[in-house]
Parts: sequence; structure tokens; C-alpha cells
Amino acid sequence: MAAEELNIRGLTGVEMTLQVAGPGTRAYAFIIDWHIRLLVALAWLLLGWLVGLLGAAPKFMSHVFPLVFALPALLVYFFYHPVLEVLMHGRTPGKRMAGARIVTLEGATPGMGALLMRNLFRLIDSLPLLYLVGLICCMFTAQRVRIGDLAAGTVLVLDDQKAARSLGSLGRIAESSRLDPDSAALVQDLLERWTELEPERAQALARELLGRLDPGLDPNQLADFKPEALRSRLGALLG
Amino acid sequence: MVERSDASSWVKSRAARWQDLEAEVNRAPARSRATPEEALRTLEAYRTLARDLASARELLPRSTATAALASAYSRLHVAVSRTPKFARSRWRTLFRDQIPAAARSVRSLALWIALLLALSALAGWWLISTYPELIGLIASEKMISGVEQGHVWTDQLLNVAPSSVLSAQIFSNNAVVSTGAFCAGLFFGLGTFYMISLNGLMLGGLLAFTHQYGLMHSLVRFILPHGPVELSVICLAGAAGTALGESLIRPSLPTRAQSLRACAERLGPLLVACILLLLGAGLLEGFVSPSSHYSIPVRLTIGLGYWMFMLLFLSGKLFTLASSASFAPRQSS
Repeated sequence: MAAEELNIRGLTGVEMTLQVAGPGTRAYAFIIDWHIRLLVALAWLLLGWLVGLLGAAPKFMSHVFPLVFALPALLVYFFYHPVLEVLMHGRTPGKRMAGARIVTLEGATPGMGALLMRNLFRLIDSLPLLYLVGLICCMFTAQRVRIGDLAAGTVLVLDDQKAARSLGSLGRIAESSRLDPDSAALVQDLLERWTELEPERAQALARELLGRLDPGLDPNQLADFKPEALRSRLGALLG
Repeated sequence: MVERSDASSWVKSRAARWQDLEAEVNRAPARSRATPEEALRTLEAYRTLARDLASARELLPRSTATAALASAYSRLHVAVSRTPKFARSRWRTLFRDQIPAAARSVRSLALWIALLLALSALAGWWLISTYPELIGLIASEKMISGVEQGHVWTDQLLNVAPSSVLSAQIFSNNAVVSTGAFCAGLFFGLGTFYMISLNGLMLGGLLAFTHQYGLMHSLVRFILPHGPVELSVICLAGAAGTALGESLIRPSLPTRAQSLRACAERLGPLLVACILLLLGAGLLEGFVSPSSHYSIPVRLTIGLGYWMFMLLFLSGKLFTLASSASFAPRQSS
């Protein structure tokens, strides 16, 4: 299923396109977050149990002792999402790992009110169990949002950190390379993915690219190049 | 048709500027505070990226350069359109203006919801008085046997849990009921009506049940300190939920989604007020209501006092009085 897009007109009038996160990304982020908050809450409760067991709690705390240990654990469990989303500007550790963040329909980071409202409606989204209402809503809405997002005017979008990082390197390559931008991007992409690709495939691609982009190279000489030589020739093309 | 050489020379001409912009693109979204110079620099970078993105879309559609520029532009958009931090002045606005405005907007609905709660309580009373065997539907076995033995379940509360734990439990329960009454309004208001009616039925039924055994005064004695505010808050949350349902049935904006969003945004501050008031009610219910140290007049005074406080709080007068007191000219000696 192709990812949905959210088109937003920027403050300058130039449009931008954000990739909307689907139910899969949402579920992935939620499962990570659920594990984190459950483990932190359980760790706190375990600590309280150990302190109680060893009799290390001061006597004057005997009345409030259960509260001191039960309340933070409950707070962690129930306020994990709203607090972290506010503090991390629309992200949680789970969303960060899933490469997603919450934005308003205008593409901005939502305010505290919107994030709290979004989380309040988890009461409905989580009905009757396992976030079924939220999941169904996600599947049938154009922007893949759950009810909390509808009420708060928010959308979960995919972060594109790599593209942002590449702006500088794009500038550097364009300045020093004699290649046209698309070819330079192609070469750079191959070099970045060199270790991820199968060696034979990477070498074949490198030979093909060098054959097209470096007309001075003899095809017979190109066939004899070792992998390291191919990489350095590609690097030399980028300048 | 754009020449390929034109595109290449344009990219080369912009390359140095893009390298400069990279630092700003990475830094600006993470910045929690910005000096005027930093803010102006971010705005300038945003404008530059917008221009370059528009040019790139024309010269190099579907290229890596266009994708990188679009991504950088959207990152800076987040920084540029960020709302101000929730500073002290915004808290003051919330308590002095937004909460009273939200409370005023649902005043008439709150009265209707209070009427629904009262009618449901009467229905509950009638139901349990007429069919006493139905009490099993709204009270646990333990509660029923306790009342049959001559004591109300609230008498033993402090033997079960310390006041602090009790307060936290009660607050959580009330908060869930109130926020539930609000959120259930999403089902075109029907969910809210159901929750309010159910709570009314239970309240009336329990009062009728204790009345049958001559223990109603004990239950009323227990309810007096926290009940007025707790019930009022539930009515307010119910009114907010009804307004939410109304925004879907009769949208005030072009689409139902927009209408729902606007309504939720308008009533959000009222929910904050409800939660804060329930925090106080929870403390009263944990520390004062189950205690045998407080006489009925004291309980009544606490209950009515807290209710008056609630009215001042919701009308905004509490903060108007506080700010006028702090700005009052000092008497010279």
C-alpha cells in the first residue's frame, strides 16, 4: 500500500509534502513505547517492594509509603505518552525509533493542549481492547489518523532525517564534482550502500556507472578493476 | 524545456549556500530558545530554501536535490511555525480567560445534564424502592451484606487503605469517569447521556438501598464534603461531552472534523479545570469524608465552601480578585 501524503502550504506559499505514517508504523512505535513504560513502572514497583521487604523505609513514611511507590509507577504508565510527547516535541522514544513524529495539519509541532487532547481520546481509541477503534479509524481515514488525532488536529508523519542531512553533502559534491546533480547523487548513493549490497551486484553497478560517466576509461581496464579501485574511482568522480 | 546544463550550473551556483544552510537546518528545530538574531537567521534560511525548492522543482523535478531541499524546508517549517513556550502568562490566560469562557459556553448544557443526573437518581431510587432485589446490579455482595448488618461500606474505608492511597484511587476513578463522560460525547452525545444516567441511577439506587435500612444519613454524611464539587464536575464534563456530540450533529464549520477539532480545542481548558477540582475532591474524600472527627455542620461547611470556591474558580473571579489584590496600591504609613 503506497504511503499517503500530507500536502501543506508553507508560510512562504511554497508547498511541502510529508509522508503520513500508516497503522504499521503506529503499531511498531506503540509496542516499543508500551514495553518501555511497562518496564520502568515495574522496575519502580520492584524497588518499592525491595525497600519494604528490607524495612528500609522510614517509620514516618508508613502511611504514605504505598502511595510513594504506587503513584509514580501509575504516573509513568498513564502519563508516559502525554508528558514525553510534550517534552520531545511530538515524539516518544518509540516514535523516534519508528522514524515518526506528530505534526499539526499545518505541519508544525503541536502545542501542549493538542497533545493532551490527543492522549485523552486514548480512552475511546483503546476500546474495546488492543486499540481496535483507533486501528479501524486509522485504516479508514484519509490521513491514517485515530480519533485522538481527529479531535486534536494532528497527524503522524514519517521523519526524513537522511534527506535533511544530505543537503550539505549535496552542496559539497555539486561544488567539487564535474557530474550533473542526478549522476552525482547516484554515485553517492552507491558508495553509501556499498557494504549493504551483494559484492558482485555492487561491483557490476560500479562498472556500469564508471563506463557511462568516465568516458576516458578503457572497458577492458574497467573489467580488471578490484573492488577497492572501483570505489576510489567512484569517489574521484565526486571530487 | 529546461536545459540540463542550466540545471547543473544552477546547482553549482547554489552549492556553497546549501552547505551554509545545513547547520541552520540541523540546529533550528532543536533550539528551545532563540535570540532575535537567531530567529531572523532561521527565517532568512527558510525563505532561501523556499525559493531554492521552487526553482529545483522547476529545473530538477524528482531529483535528489529537490528531495533534500524539500526535507530541509519542512524541517525549518517546524522551527518557524513553533508556538511560544507555555510561559507564566499563558497559565494566567488559561485560568483567567480560557477556563471561564469554556465554562460559560456550556453553562446551559450543564444545567440540562444536572437535570438528567437528578432524574436518573430519582429513577434509581424508585427502581430499588420498588424492586429491592435489583440492588445486586449496582452494589457488590460485600456492600449489600455490610448494609444488611447495619453499617455502610464507607465507614470502613480507612481500615482498608490509608487516606493517601484512598485519595489517589478515588481521584483516578473520578478522573476516568469525567474524562470518559467527555470523550463518550463523540458518539453523538449518546455515550455521555449513558454515562451520566448510569451514574445517576447508581447514586439514587444506593441512597434508596441505604434508606431501606435506615443508614442513608451515614451515606449522606460521607458524601457531604466532596459530593457537591464531584457531582458538579461530572455534570460539567458531561456538558462538555454533549457539546462535543453537538459539534458532530450540527457542525459549526464546513466539515464535521473541523467542527469537532474546534469544539475540543475550546473545551480542553474546562477539562483541565475539572481534573484540578477532582484532585481537591479526591483529597477531601480520602482524608475528610471517611473520618469520624468531623461533625455534619463542619462537613456541610467544607462541602459548600469548596463548591463556592469552584464557582469562583470557573467564573475566573478567583484570579481577577487575586490579580486586583496584587496590584492594589499600598497604603503609605
